[in-house]
Amino acid sequence: MNEPVVDIRDLRVTFATDGGDVAAVKGVSLQLHPGEVLAIVGESGSGKTVTARTVLGLLPETALTRGAVVLRSKDGGTTADVVTLHGGDLRSVRGRDAAMVFQEPGSVLNPVYPVGWQIAEGLRAHGDVSKKEAREVAVDVLRRVGIPDPEERVDHYPHQFSGGQKQRIVIAQALALNAGVIIADEPTTALDVTVQAEILDLLRRCRDEFGASIVLITHNMGVVADLADRVAVMYQGELVETADVATLFADPQQEYTRTLLGSVPKLGQGAARARDRAARRPGGWADQPPVVVARDLRIVYPGRFRKPDFTAVDGVDFTIAPGEVLGLVGESGSGKSTIGRAIAGLTPVSGGSLSVLGTEVAGIKEKAFRPVRRRIGFVFQDPATSFNPLLTIADAVAEPLVVHGRAGDTDDARGRVDELLEAVQLPRAFGDRFPHELSGGQRQRASLARALALQPELLIADEPTSALDVSVQARVLDLFDELQREFGFAALFISHDLAVVDLLADRIGVLHHGRLVEEGTGEQVLGNPQDPYTQRLLASLPVPDPVEQAQRRARWAALR
Amino acid sequence: MSRRRTWRSLPVVHQLRQSVGLQRGMLVTGLVLTGILVLTAVLAPLLAPYGYGQLRDADGAFGAQQPPSGDHLLGTTVGGYDVLSRVIYGSRTAVFVIVVAIVLSIVAGVLLGLVSGYLGGWLDRVLVVVADAVYAFPSLLLAIVAAIVISGGQSSLVGGVLAAAISITVVFIPQYFRVVRAETVRIKSEAFVESARVVGTGTWRIMTRHVLRNATRSLPLIVTLNASEAILTLAGLGFLGFGIQPTAAAEWGFDLNRSISDVTSGIWWTSIFPGAAIVLTVLGLTLVGESLNDLADPRLRSRRRAADVPPPADVAVTPGGGLAAGTEGGTP
Repeated sequence: MNEPVVDIRDLRVTFATDGGDVAAVKGVSLQLHPGEVLAIVGESGSGKTVTARTVLGLLPETALTRGAVVLRSKDGGTTADVVTLHGGDLRSVRGRDAAMVFQEPGSVLNPVYPVGWQIAEGLRAHGDVSKKEAREVAVDVLRRVGIPDPEERVDHYPHQFSGGQKQRIVIAQALALNAGVIIADEPTTALDVTVQAEILDLLRRCRDEFGASIVLITHNMGVVADLADRVAVMYQGELVETADVATLFADPQQEYTRTLLGSVPKLGQGAARARDRAARRPGGWADQPPVVVARDLRIVYPGRFRKPDFTAVDGVDFTIAPGEVLGLVGESGSGKSTIGRAIAGLTPVSGGSLSVLGTEVAGIKEKAFRPVRRRIGFVFQDPATSFNPLLTIADAVAEPLVVHGRAGDTDDARGRVDELLEAVQLPRAFGDRFPHELSGGQRQRASLARALALQPELLIADEPTSALDVSVQARVLDLFDELQREFGFAALFISHDLAVVDLLADRIGVLHHGRLVEEGTGEQVLGNPQDPYTQRLLASLPVPDPVEQAQRRARWAALR
Repeated sequence: MSRRRTWRSLPVVHQLRQSVGLQRGMLVTGLVLTGILVLTAVLAPLLAPYGYGQLRDADGAFGAQQPPSGDHLLGTTVGGYDVLSRVIYGSRTAVFVIVVAIVLSIVAGVLLGLVSGYLGGWLDRVLVVVADAVYAFPSLLLAIVAAIVISGGQSSLVGGVLAAAISITVVFIPQYFRVVRAETVRIKSEAFVESARVVGTGTWRIMTRHVLRNATRSLPLIVTLNASEAILTLAGLGFLGFGIQPTAAAEWGFDLNRSISDVTSGIWWTSIFPGAAIVLTVLGLTLVGESLNDLADPRLRSRRRAADVPPPADVAVTPGGGLAAGTEGGTP
């Protein structure tokens, strides 16, 4: 029984692209044993997804695969080299021997069919099943993945389920065929932290109760610590290190693994920094007029076609003092980004009062707000889309200066642009490059340079690092901290990641369904949370340490 | 790695370098046919043995419906014109009409689409309804009405060509309008436009500097497809008698119209050659347009297979999968 269920031998995958051939996987050998959770970790472009997809033969036509991927069926009876399979043979292996759980559950389920039908579709593809039998299997498997009232909900359509429930249904699809191997490609990345904990729990049950072996692809070291038995670290298409989870976290052998683990932000690191910042503030700091004051702030998105209005922000009070960093945390839909956008004048305020740099924003006209804008900087979430692809970095960074008449054109502003690029630790020559020629982290630095061009008194950073790899994230966060110290701007730092916010913020506000449920210093909020939601949020957060995470998991189960 | 705005990144050249296999063949065929059209138009006075309106030379009148001979390689028409000369000069009229029609419709369509998409509101709604209404008309009918309104029956070279071009423009504006408007609406919500708004950039500057250039990526494609449609509309107008008089300019559609009666009496040369000219021109432009369309889409674009060092015995190219591994080249 100790034969591996998946045996990858010297796998090489090359993609033909417009820019020539790209070797995505360069000679990887891996084994997945029965009843094991193997995590493949690595940054984007490390080849982890490509490696896992070859197990199902799910690569585009431009890919050239060499090597062997031997897949053993669950009963151990048959083996097949997936790389050499085609057409019908490949289809018979898919689903039966190995199934896939994708990152984005919302786009995996077909919106025009009931979920029960979609589960039954896999059964029909692998054998002659009557409608009644298929339905029974679907109801059974839905119940086992924890969908309430499965007899009724089996006929519901995907949009009637929440994101977490959709991911459960996708997992149910994999379990319905009793697949021996489940490939889970970033199964929780698109989900909120509290939902993530539940899905991880379900995946653990897939292994324990259904006897499935799981290949878990993720970049989140907390998830790895929570679920994995063995970890394979990949970097640029090569396998860096393979070890069981306790060994890897306790005693990483390779330099790259150590760097990777060291870049993961951990809760509690920020307290020292916050104290340090507080100590450096001059006297009378607290008496200065605040930069942002929100009183009973309400932001409502009007409903369309007789649907009710959606209240994104519901009676929130907060202030940001000059030079202070307020961190806003919350799950998707909590209204954290909406608050940031309202301060920047991108979303109108519906009720209450929001005063930005002494100007009342509620009901203000665009023209009247324009002078305030030059005193605000904004860093967007996705550095890939926040730059005009047809302008050079220098053009983009100079834009605020040109718009506000500080410079005639880009060449005129070039001296200042070079200074800014140096401030964010980018070489001057990068000014002549186009956004697509920069990596994600470099783009986000340029984005910071643009936001700081007018030396704003207030900087709004909306999830500035959530699109970045963890090691890049660490560098960008350090840079942010340095710049904040140097320029002394006040900041609103929005993130879904508690550990990231903790690292930078003087005070943390926790948002839940548009309400500010808790606010205080990092030590108060993270050390001694009062609100039950904050407690749940903290308990759900997986920490990158398998031993500690096991204890936290027990506490989380108790809170549930 | 600095600015690489060489000739290699020009719209068509870039795609030509990018294409492989059948798609390259289609593109090259289209480019060659289009190139021949343009060259013929430019060099018409050198290539054509006679003028387009010439009925006689030093030896006297050409005579009507003469079969192909040494004097008249493609014969003469019922009106006594040299077919070869009229086919060659016809390319001039065609290119002229295409250029004028497309320039006019691009300028008007892009401007309206940009304003309509970015500002939105009642202006947007009115323009969209008008564009839809224009769509609802049969395009040739609309072109005929426009031709009558514009030229009023006159048909000098400039007047006739402009009438044809403007009537085609009326039909095409909604296409550019819609494409640019849809792109503008999409780009309006992109982060880089929001970031420009946060900085305090004025509306006009956002529209021209950030939205316009990003919204025009698919225009070369519509231009080529519209060019072939313009030829057909021009030929249709000429065929129906709303074209240009034979003494003012050579026009393929008009010549076809005049050759209707010839066909039944076995005189093939008066209809085949202008007809073939129309077909080849449309074919060339359509091939360019269609292959640009395929190449612009990473999912339709075929690529050279990845190089494999050992013999391809155990090579499996697996079908399916949604990994669209394509990066759009930076075509400004």
